[in-house]
Amino acid sequence: MVPLSYYLVLSGFLFACGVVAFLIKRNIITIFMSIELMLNGVNLSFVAFAAHWHALAGQVFVFFVMIVAAAEAAVGLAIIIAVYRTRETLNIDQVNLLKL
Amino acid sequence: MNPALNLWLIPILPLAGAVINGVFGKKSSRQTVTVVGLFFSGAAFAWALLVAARFSSLSLPYQEYLAHWIRSGSFAVDFAFYLDQLSLIMLLVVTGVGFLIHIYSVGYMWDDPSYYRFFSYLNLFMFFMLTLVLANNYLLMFIGWEGVGLASYLLIGFWFTKDSAASAGKKAFIVNRIGDFGFLIALFLLIKHLGTLNFVQVFDAVKPLSVETAGVGLLTTIGILLMVGAAGKSAQIPLYVWLPDAMEGPTPVSALIHAATMVTAGVYMVSRSHMIFERAPIALTVVAIIGTLTAFFAATIGIAQTDIKKVLAYSTVSQLGYMFMACGVGAFSAGIFHLMTHAFFKGLLFLAAGSVIHAVGGEQDMRKMGGLRVYIPWTFLAMGIATLAIAGIPPLAGFWSKDEILWKAYQTSWIYWLIGLITAFITSFYMFRLLFLTFFGDYRGAQADTQGHASPGHASDTHGHGEPHESPMVMLVPLMILALLSVVGGLVGIGNHFEHFLAPVFGPGATIEGASEAAGGYTEYLLMGISVVVALLGAFLAYVLYLSKPYLPQKIADGLNGFYTAVVHKYYIDEIYAAVFVKPLIDGSTRILWQGVDRGVIDATVNNSADAARSVSDEVRHMQSGNLRSYAGWIAAGSAVVIAYMIWKWTGAR
Repeated sequence: MVPLSYYLVLSGFLFACGVVAFLIKRNIITIFMSIELMLNGVNLSFVAFAAHWHALAGQVFVFFVMIVAAAEAAVGLAIIIAVYRTRETLNIDQVNLLKL
Repeated sequence: MNPALNLWLIPILPLAGAVINGVFGKKSSRQTVTVVGLFFSGAAFAWALLVAARFSSLSLPYQEYLAHWIRSGSFAVDFAFYLDQLSLIMLLVVTGVGFLIHIYSVGYMWDDPSYYRFFSYLNLFMFFMLTLVLANNYLLMFIGWEGVGLASYLLIGFWFTKDSAASAGKKAFIVNRIGDFGFLIALFLLIKHLGTLNFVQVFDAVKPLSVETAGVGLLTTIGILLMVGAAGKSAQIPLYVWLPDAMEGPTPVSALIHAATMVTAGVYMVSRSHMIFERAPIALTVVAIIGTLTAFFAATIGIAQTDIKKVLAYSTVSQLGYMFMACGVGAFSAGIFHLMTHAFFKGLLFLAAGSVIHAVGGEQDMRKMGGLRVYIPWTFLAMGIATLAIAGIPPLAGFWSKDEILWKAYQTSWIYWLIGLITAFITSFYMFRLLFLTFFGDYRGAQADTQGHASPGHASDTHGHGEPHESPMVMLVPLMILALLSVVGGLVGIGNHFEHFLAPVFGPGATIEGASEAAGGYTEYLLMGISVVVALLGAFLAYVLYLSKPYLPQKIADGLNGFYTAVVHKYYIDEIYAAVFVKPLIDGSTRILWQGVDRGVIDATVNNSADAARSVSDEVRHMQSGNLRSYAGWIAAGSAVVIAYMIWKWTGAR
């Protein structure tokens, strides 16, 4: 039996990776993927806790998160395609029309 | 049962004229405007005559209900008219003199570019004045009261391009508002305590109340407040200052509004409220004192004026003082009698003065006139008659009414009588001074004639004048009719006919007066003789000073150095008012309300909050770079802070 803390450390590591990637990457697709990484990091801790406490709620939450992530992917990718069509770039630093 | 008189037609006709001339007048010819203006005021006069003809068959007071106005619980005010002997006299004076002045205006204003506007305003004035006179409740009367104020404002400022005329109009309006304030409060008190403004109901409610001899009660308060209103409209101390300035208006306006009709509204209102005043002796005394002082005070100012219309203006103030003196001693019918004769002879004086001004090309300074009787004999005749009438020379109109007042005043207190008598002397003096300066001696205006004399305001007189010329017939006929009335108008007072006619209105006081009159007949004739002598003395003094020894006035003026200057400057009343009321008001408004409150508080609050918002935003806007990754950084940092706080709060604190 793998102790709970291992899962949590891995979950935290995945989440941290996502955050760091989110902050430093310039490509929109990569940023999008880092968001998914963060979500999955959280998902991992959900199922770990669910298994540890023998409570089903955590697993239900995971399904919710996955559904939301799927929806987000659909919308997000559509936005990315739209951005690419109009701006001819995927570099986030050049998508700055809202700048002051 | 009374026949239907259709009183409502009388005010409505001039209103129709005002509307027609006001709306279509600009495009119509002068002839059309004249026909409309004269027809509607003449029709009102004709209808008033018709009413007078059927008057004896009426059961009085005749009331005519027109429409609901205000219904609030038990309180009700209607558009309704009221006719009794008092309103009838006012009605005839207003429509009659008004119609004559309309005719006169045709000649006087013919060359004015705003001819139609003048007639529209004049008709509008008639409408409001007739509403005032015919109203059956105080509120409708107040509408007329304000309306004549409006018409007065419009007509004083008729030549509004002239600065002095525009500000004179404003002055009249504002000073009148002060008086109206008192009038309004009186109305509120009536509503609060009697629950009605209808004349009949108010007087029925007041009738059983006892006379307030001790202290100031409700009726005294109402009476004094009504007098405040009357003092504003009728130019009494301390609110008389607007009337002399009102002479900036065209002369027919001065004659109609500021001599014959509107300014007498205060006297009418006080007389109408006699039921209240009779039960408030203190208020009556206030009325008498204000009237007496005003009569004397204004007359003294009249001595030193050189503007022909200003002399007449102060004379009007003084004569109105007489009327209030009469009301104040309880002789309301004498006051109304003087109101009527005054409307005749003062209207005549103003119209004649207008004719003089017309003749000499817009000049109003009497020092530049003189010898005019040769040039304008008809005007001279009219002016002469009017002067004799106002001076109180029998058997002209002024003698009868003025003497009636002095006699009634004497019965109350000899002080009123004495001041009134001195005033009569001064009146006679300044009126003959005016007559002598204007019509006798040599013409002193020749040099002015060659120098483009026409003052800019007198658009009617801008055409060149060789030498003084007589006015056209259309101006002379009203003069002659008024002159005739000034001669015979007083005869209705013989044998107290006038008083008996008004007795149903003013109550049984008349019979008591009649009884005492029989007893005091000898005294009355003595007083009559004294006042005639005094009037003649005044005339003689004027003759000496201004005809036989014309160098004397200057000498006397020099002798009375300081006092004479004070009189010439009207006792500096305008200056005192400016210093005491106007300047503090302006300063207070400027420093406290404008610079302090408006700028310091209201503007500052808005501006400072806007400034604060801007400076905060200036700092904060740097966060909004438009760079997505920096937003992500902020979100991450924010989450980190929240998580750190939560950890500290729920784990660290435990």
